[in-house]
Amino acid sequence: MTRKTLVVIGHGMVGHRLVELAVERGLVDAEDPGGWDVVVHAAESVPAYDRVGLSSWFRGTTAEELCLVPDGFFDHPALDLRLSDPVVAVDVAARTVTSSCGTVTPYDALVLATGSTAFVPPVPGATGPGRFVYRTLDDLEQIRAAAQGARSGAVIGGGLLGLEAADALRSLGLDTTVVEFAPRLMPVQVDEAGGQALRRLVEDLGVWVRTSAATQVIEQTDAGLRMVFAEGDPLDVDLVVFSAGIRPDDALARRTGLMTAERGGVLVDEACLASAPDVYAVGECASAAGRCWGLVAPGYAQAEIVVDRLLGGERTFTGADLSTRLKLMGIDVASFGDAHALTPGALELVYADPVAGVYAKLVVTDDARHLLGGILVGDASAYPVLRPLTGTDVVLPGSPADLLLPRRDGAPAGLGASTLPATAQVCSCRAVSKAEICTAVSDGGCRDVAGVKACTGAGTVCGSCVGLVKDLVKDELAGLGVAMSTALCEHFELSRAGMFEVVRVKGIRTWSQLLAEHGRGRGCDICKPTAASILASLDSGYVLDGERGGLQDTNDHMLANLQKDGTYSVVPRIPGGEVTPEHLIVIGEVARDFSLYTKITGGQRIDLFGARVEQLPLIWRRLVDAGMESGHAYGKSLRTVKSCVGQTWCRFGVQDSTSLAIELELRYRGLRSPHKVKMGVSGCARECAEARSKDFGVIATESGWNLYVGGNGGFRPRHADLFLQDVDTATLVRTIDRVLMLYVFTADRLQRTAPWIEAMEGGLDHLRAVVLDDSLGLCAELDAAMTRHVATYSDEWADTLADPDRLARFTSFVNAPDEPDPSIAFVRERGQIRPARSDEKGPALVAGPVLEVVRA
Amino acid sequence: MSQWASICPAARLPVERGVAALLDGEQVAVFRTADNRFHAVSNFDPFSGAMVISRGIVGSRGDRPTVASPIYKQVFDLETGQCLDDSAVRLEVHPVRVLDGMVQVALGAQALSA
Ligand code: SRM
Ligand SMILES: Cc1cc2nc3c(=O)[nH]c(=O)nc-3n(C[C@H](O)[C@H](O)[C@H](O)COP(=O)(O)OP(=O)(O)OC[C@H]3O[C@@H](n4cnc5c(N)ncnc54)[C@H](O)[C@@H]3O)c2cc1C
Ligand code: SF4
Ligand code: FES
Repeated sequence: MTRKTLVVIGHGMVGHRLVELAVERGLVDAEDPGGWDVVVHAAESVPAYDRVGLSSWFRGTTAEELCLVPDGFFDHPALDLRLSDPVVAVDVAARTVTSSCGTVTPYDALVLATGSTAFVPPVPGATGPGRFVYRTLDDLEQIRAAAQGARSGAVIGGGLLGLEAADALRSLGLDTTVVEFAPRLMPVQVDEAGGQALRRLVEDLGVWVRTSAATQVIEQTDAGLRMVFAEGDPLDVDLVVFSAGIRPDDALARRTGLMTAERGGVLVDEACLASAPDVYAVGECASAAGRCWGLVAPGYAQAEIVVDRLLGGERTFTGADLSTRLKLMGIDVASFGDAHALTPGALELVYADPVAGVYAKLVVTDDARHLLGGILVGDASAYPVLRPLTGTDVVLPGSPADLLLPRRDGAPAGLGASTLPATAQVCSCRAVSKAEICTAVSDGGCRDVAGVKACTGAGTVCGSCVGLVKDLVKDELAGLGVAMSTALCEHFELSRAGMFEVVRVKGIRTWSQLLAEHGRGRGCDICKPTAASILASLDSGYVLDGERGGLQDTNDHMLANLQKDGTYSVVPRIPGGEVTPEHLIVIGEVARDFSLYTKITGGQRIDLFGARVEQLPLIWRRLVDAGMESGHAYGKSLRTVKSCVGQTWCRFGVQDSTSLAIELELRYRGLRSPHKVKMGVSGCARECAEARSKDFGVIATESGWNLYVGGNGGFRPRHADLFLQDVDTATLVRTIDRVLMLYVFTADRLQRTAPWIEAMEGGLDHLRAVVLDDSLGLCAELDAAMTRHVATYSDEWADTLADPDRLARFTSFVNAPDEPDPSIAFVRERGQIRPARSDEKGPALVAGPVLEVVRA
Repeated sequence: MSQWASICPAARLPVERGVAALLDGEQVAVFRTADNRFHAVSNFDPFSGAMVISRGIVGSRGDRPTVASPIYKQVFDLETGQCLDDSAVRLEVHPVRVLDGMVQVALGAQALSA
């Protein structure tokens, strides 16, 4: 047997998926004498990247992050990627391809995956300086370069991509106009009313919209470009981006003599075979099942078919779902199924709330029992549940109108994961059905979303189906009689609360003992930090000594916050947000002397970024010498106690909120807890400290304080509930002590106080009974634990400085302790450093933080 | 041709945690696990692009010794470098040994056969 060669032309999203599948399915096993070698010819100079996520490049996602090819992937002996080497000719008789550098490669099978090109309408002046398309990383780089020094820009095309391009121009600081030929935005996806809702939302964001505008000519003027329309005033801009649709890139196929479809695209059959033996076409260059599919999911499905065929399979491509969900400029838009109600007899149900900026339409069958499609503008949270129901025989529950009315939790009434039929496609990007997900749980042994993602691929592309996947996993586990396990990880059957209990009751003080008596294996990044936190809550001591040092999570490990480039941030403690001018100056001096990026945080303190490991002790030394300490922005521990200025200065204040905030911050600082804890104290009901958005909120009253518990900002905001009214400071502090300690004793790992209280049986009344009436007889122990914490608190940064053994950890390299990490590079922006993006890491731009003044 | 380079005394390596070493401009993460074995892998975290693997938490998954990246927490097999959360990703692995109480690392695979 001899090995065979598969040549892939085009290394875009679909071309790469095909290669990935060929490896995954064993087509290219290097050991197999009859196996395949794969040669990939790419026109672009970089390997395949996430074109769907292209626009995020403008928001700081780097080219490396967009790259779809893991490091080392093409080291595979049977794979050969030839970048910047497009195929210029195919000889289907001789079965060879010729590339631009003249290489001739014979093939046993050939796949065209050349994608499409941006369509530029034949308008006079459409090409020239200042005129761009929006398709490749290269295009984006050119647009960004041109935007420097420019003030305004226009995007021709108000479709999905046009709006993305407009968002990009806006984020580059340009005064942006979207010009659309049709009477509304996104004419393909949304209807007239949806288009109007969308237009209002886009305009609210400061982007101008011109619909029914036919561009007739683009003229070069002294000042820039002038767009002239069939009707209305001309528009003067500095640059123009075309986003008026795409055309399948079938030029090579035409030269080769392959059949193409009337409207363009390489004509292929159900096996994705073109009109020559062993020549396939996939992705946007192919015209399959009667059309070209301008989305990535159908392309991925075609790649599956080709690999299956090469392995001797019989699968066919018969069409795909064109549903889309788009989230840009913060506007949520989705369109799915028969969105324009073209099915005979289809009924449309519409819900519109112009004030809230929401428009929703469902298309149902004439008996209103089945869902055919829909459009959601402004709030598309129901999309993941509605899309898989579309076109199925699932009977809609109750009145279809219920489906439209907005719900707080997103999912429409009566519709959940359980209503979906087994065949419903849950993840459209990777074509994964509900049945496949359920099987992965029931037979495949997956026990969580991560497992299902790894095993089925669901949720790994655009992510919009992840919530639904989670519901399915939960339901399926429940159906199996497996309660969602409370085990921390593979090493401990215990939950966090269970682990806390055994450590407390048995007086366990070391990790080795805990692991030997209650765990197995060697631990991991979940159970180790949990144990570290529990050991620290129960006996405050230096967190990095001995064995405990090895348990600490990312930030605790270095007593500072790790940033994406491997440097750290230091956030000096500013209790209650009150700071003397002297301390403020010290912070400024430290920031200046170590060239740290300086930012005021949302928690009333100042964050200093960009410190290297070996600089941390030098920075702490300066703070400690000035009578300050570094602070916990890390650790599951108390963060800040936000204050308002209160009675002392404010004409409305009724209590001294600042003093109380300082007292609380100093009392609870350093206490390790299941998740971070935040507090706030306001001097009157005007609530300038936003105390009710904190875990513990205190608001002054004429006669004392009101205590609120269980507030949360973040991912799921929640206002804290009133727990105690008009109490004095001593009662207030004792109550916070107890609730906080009870939380430390019993909450789950990474459970904030809000979900902890919500999950508590008996809720707030139960909590009151426990901490005010001592219904469980626990108060003495809670009080003792807090007293011990307060009495033994010690500044962990000063403790580090005092001990040479502890300091040894804070070095860059074990064999070159003072050598700065050479991979760290900064560039300057607005007078400060920021991490260099990977495309900026050339030698010219490297500017490490200069250590101008260091005290010995 | 052997290219063993000494990086530090074995006693300097914390148990169940790593350190970074700089060898010919290349960054290596060196670990000593609870069973007193030594492992050396590239310090480069392919998911974040930062040189941080040495600062990850050491542990096990099944019977494999592991380190978790401190940034996005992907787990890697310390012996093979294989990422256990993404089959397509692998860290470079370097030979490591202890000679006369010194930890030594060799860069490049040819040292294996030396
Ligand atoms: C620096 C800061 C943003 C800023 O530039 O202002 C910030 C930065 C981070 N926040 Fe935050 N948060 C900051 C205020 C907030 C606030 C506002 C506040 O505290 O008033 C919130 C919402 C309030 C709340 O927590 O309920 C907030 C909600 C979060 C969340 C979501 C928590 C949730 O319950 O959903 C996370 C993620 C987490 O903790 O798991 C997070 C996590 C983070 C982390 C720790 C992410 C990480 O692991 O790297 C960031 C690291 C900071 C660093 O490296 O120094 N940050 N973060 C703010 C620091 C305040 C401070 O001085 O301590
Ligand atoms: C900004 C933007 C946003 C998008 N958003 C979404 C979205 O939200 N959802 C969605 O489903 N889709 C979206 N898409 C569309 C999606 O990116 C495409 O469907 C997908 O990339 C198609 O993959 P492909 O491999 O067929 O083509 P491409 O990814 O375009 O790759 C084709 C490659 O072939 C190369 N090539 C061409 N000719 C030759 C030759 N002769 N020799 C060698 N190489 C050649 C090209 O240079 C190119 O690199 C978006 C596209 C853009 C531009
Ligand atoms: S909360 Fe009341 S006391 Fe505090 S600053 Fe605001 S108005 Fe003044
Ligand atoms: S639908 Fe896009 S990842 Fe599942």
